[in-house]
Amino acid sequence: MAKVKKKVKVIKIDLDKCNGCRACEMACSAFHAKPKYSSNNPARSRIRLIRDPLRDVYLPVYAGEYTKAECSGRDKYVIDGKEYSECDFCRASCPSRDVFKEPDSGLPLKCDMCEDDPPQEKPLCVQWCLNDALTYEEREEEVEEEVKPEDVEIGLDSLIDKYGLQKVMDSIARMSKKE
Amino acid sequence: MRYAETGYNLEIDLSRGNIERVETDPKLTELHLGGLGTNAKILWDRVPPESEPFSPDNLLIFSTGLLCGTPAVGCNRTIVSTFSPQTLLMGYSMMGGFWAPELKYAGYDKVIFRGKSPNLIYVWINNDKVEIRDASHLRGKGAVETAELIRQELKEPNTQVAAIGLAGENRVYMASIEQGRSSASRLGIGAVMGDKGIKAIAVRGTKDINIARPDEFMELCNDVLKYIQHRAENPIKNVEPIFEGLGSPQEMKIIDEKWHTTGFMWGNARSRKKDFWTKEVEGKWRETQESVRTRLISCYNCPMKCGAIISVPGISTYMMKCYSKLTYTMAAHSDLDFGFRIAQRATEYGVDGFSTPQVMAFALELYEAGILTDQDMPGMPSDTEGRFYWLLDRIVRREGIGDVLANGTHWAAKQIGKGAEAYAHNNIKKHEQLPLKLGMLNPVYFLMYCTGEKANITQIEGQFPQEPFPTREAREEFVKDWIQVPDEKFKQYFLDWEPRGEHANPYYPTVDMSVDIVDWQEKMHYIDDALGTCAGLSSFPLKPPYHIHNYPAFISSATGIDMDEAGLTQVYRRNRNLIRAVNVRRGLTRADEKPPEDHWKKRFPELEQKLLDAYYKFKGWNNEGIPTKETLHELGMDYISEDLEQRGIIKNG
Repeated sequence: MAKVKKKVKVIKIDLDKCNGCRACEMACSAFHAKPKYSSNNPARSRIRLIRDPLRDVYLPVYAGEYTKAECSGRDKYVIDGKEYSECDFCRASCPSRDVFKEPDSGLPLKCDMCEDDPPQEKPLCVQWCLNDALTYEEREEEVEEEVKPEDVEIGLDSLIDKYGLQKVMDSIARMSKKE
Repeated sequence: MRYAETGYNLEIDLSRGNIERVETDPKLTELHLGGLGTNAKILWDRVPPESEPFSPDNLLIFSTGLLCGTPAVGCNRTIVSTFSPQTLLMGYSMMGGFWAPELKYAGYDKVIFRGKSPNLIYVWINNDKVEIRDASHLRGKGAVETAELIRQELKEPNTQVAAIGLAGENRVYMASIEQGRSSASRLGIGAVMGDKGIKAIAVRGTKDINIARPDEFMELCNDVLKYIQHRAENPIKNVEPIFEGLGSPQEMKIIDEKWHTTGFMWGNARSRKKDFWTKEVEGKWRETQESVRTRLISCYNCPMKCGAIISVPGISTYMMKCYSKLTYTMAAHSDLDFGFRIAQRATEYGVDGFSTPQVMAFALELYEAGILTDQDMPGMPSDTEGRFYWLLDRIVRREGIGDVLANGTHWAAKQIGKGAEAYAHNNIKKHEQLPLKLGMLNPVYFLMYCTGEKANITQIEGQFPQEPFPTREAREEFVKDWIQVPDEKFKQYFLDWEPRGEHANPYYPTVDMSVDIVDWQEKMHYIDDALGTCAGLSSFPLKPPYHIHNYPAFISSATGIDMDEAGLTQVYRRNRNLIRAVNVRRGLTRADEKPPEDHWKKRFPELEQKLLDAYYKFKGWNNEGIPTKETLHELGMDYISEDLEQRGIIKNG
């Protein structure tokens, strides 16, 4: 595959600066509402704050790839005297937990860095984090070209995993007749 | 579709165990917005004025504000309303945190409780599924502890829980409702929750809140964020550190407590310690605060950091905000370490951090005066700090003298007799006030203290500086970017206000100016309390991001309701008059509208009467502080004048 220059977008997360307000979740869900900003619902957010105030755990995590199977990761990390589960750091939309899924359909969610036209200066979660727990960086990197699946494809994949290809195809066929 | 609000209330009848989801009338939103406004309407309509606070007829309403759960920054307040066992008037207390937005996301604007549960229960609201669950295993548990146990039991770490501790269960008049770093503490609403048999309300919601005109609304939100940043970079000059920035007083961040410790009163609101704050004290208090403060935290969708996680070695972690850091310390003539320690126990018990320390200091004064004796206090330790713990433990359990003290200083003094009433000296409308005793009467504060329906100054003041700035130059600089004023005349009031001389307190601001200033301050609080906006970003600090000029656009773009400044002022007047009517129907009169006798050394009886007369007149009330028929008619509330007329409160003709 060909090497291409690519802009790598990075969100830097400083746990010590997080005040736990969850504006990131709110802003993310508002941005991704259709039409944009027409509703908000933190349960639809592609960033989630793992939050346990009495143990001083404040950990913003971004939604990554969808995965159909649970992993075996159940280990515990103790950092600075605070206990985190391995899951806490994981970005996957996976069957073992209810984060990074649309609350009504269960379809997986994934952070897209707020792709927009015209582009946003930085993702909405970063814009709304006045405490700089989330900051945005861009850098150029040479990477191999790859074809990334689209949202619809990822969504369909997860439905196929759940119900089987035939059932999904039948449903789509039936629905397209209705229209 | 309903915008900003969900359009549904939960009605829970605890006596019958019945739960209903009831659609609300959108017209009421136009008339009263939401939160405190619609709470007052429900209390007016449904609770007869004869009802005792501890009766099944009393309602306990947990409400979101109209903008809670929308992207509006800092709109996260839960407005709890009922009738107070202490004042016997409408009691409303509010809390920030995360509970109100969660309720919105679950699909409800309010939860309205009526009746009484025969057993201790908690309510679990999970979107459309609402259950009344047994809470007998939570009896006697701390408020923070209860929230943790419920989250574990439900296996829902994102559940938001509002809970009472032992004080609420035992109907202590200072009982609070605790929720994370926030609490609805004033006026004994936790006692009503306990009386109804509700230990906690747990909420989880995963639904959408809709916005009528999204792009316009988000732009307004972004402007607020920008202004918050601007204010962080441009603190107000010529004021104490506590007034420089936004948020509720930054007690968790600030170490410098000179202003509180030398200006406010110690003990039972008795003595000032003008030389208390020394380098040595500052060093020691810095060490204490920095060693227990784990993190500065906020409420939902707010960049401020008004609260903190407090971990004192050897006792459970809890969260704190604001001035409760010093109320126990100063009431007990102790230090900050004691304050952080006893506040942990007080938070678990669920008691008001203003009233409770004063009640305990009051009890110790009575003991020293020989009015309470060793017979009343069997086994009480000999040191003040030990005595505070001893009293606190007895008050929340209503044991022995604790049962008397649990009713607050006003009622306790009446019951104790033997001259005890003179020691309950810091109350307004039977409710304990900030421990503050000053010299010269301030006409603006006089009016707010007298007439505030909340009976709590921090929920009425704001916007206009508490004191004149020393020089004209400083005042001119202050008014330059004072965009929040509803009218340019307020700038002039401030410019001409001098620390001494003809243009100084008590005769300046003049009577009419004082009324204007109070009306502005009240207006902003009433709007905040209907919208669920934290006063810390609006009505409480100087130069806040929300004000009368941008609020109408916020409301109309969020809800689709047409709103301008005149319309919003009308909503405020409607809510102000409605709450006044609720209280006059329960017997509030002009005679109740007075500050503590000793609040100011220099009093001016004639001026004070003029101030009250002018305030009532400005409001469209008669000389007894009762809204007139004409005023109520103009606000579309003839139903109130008809009722008040029938009861003989408004005299016909």
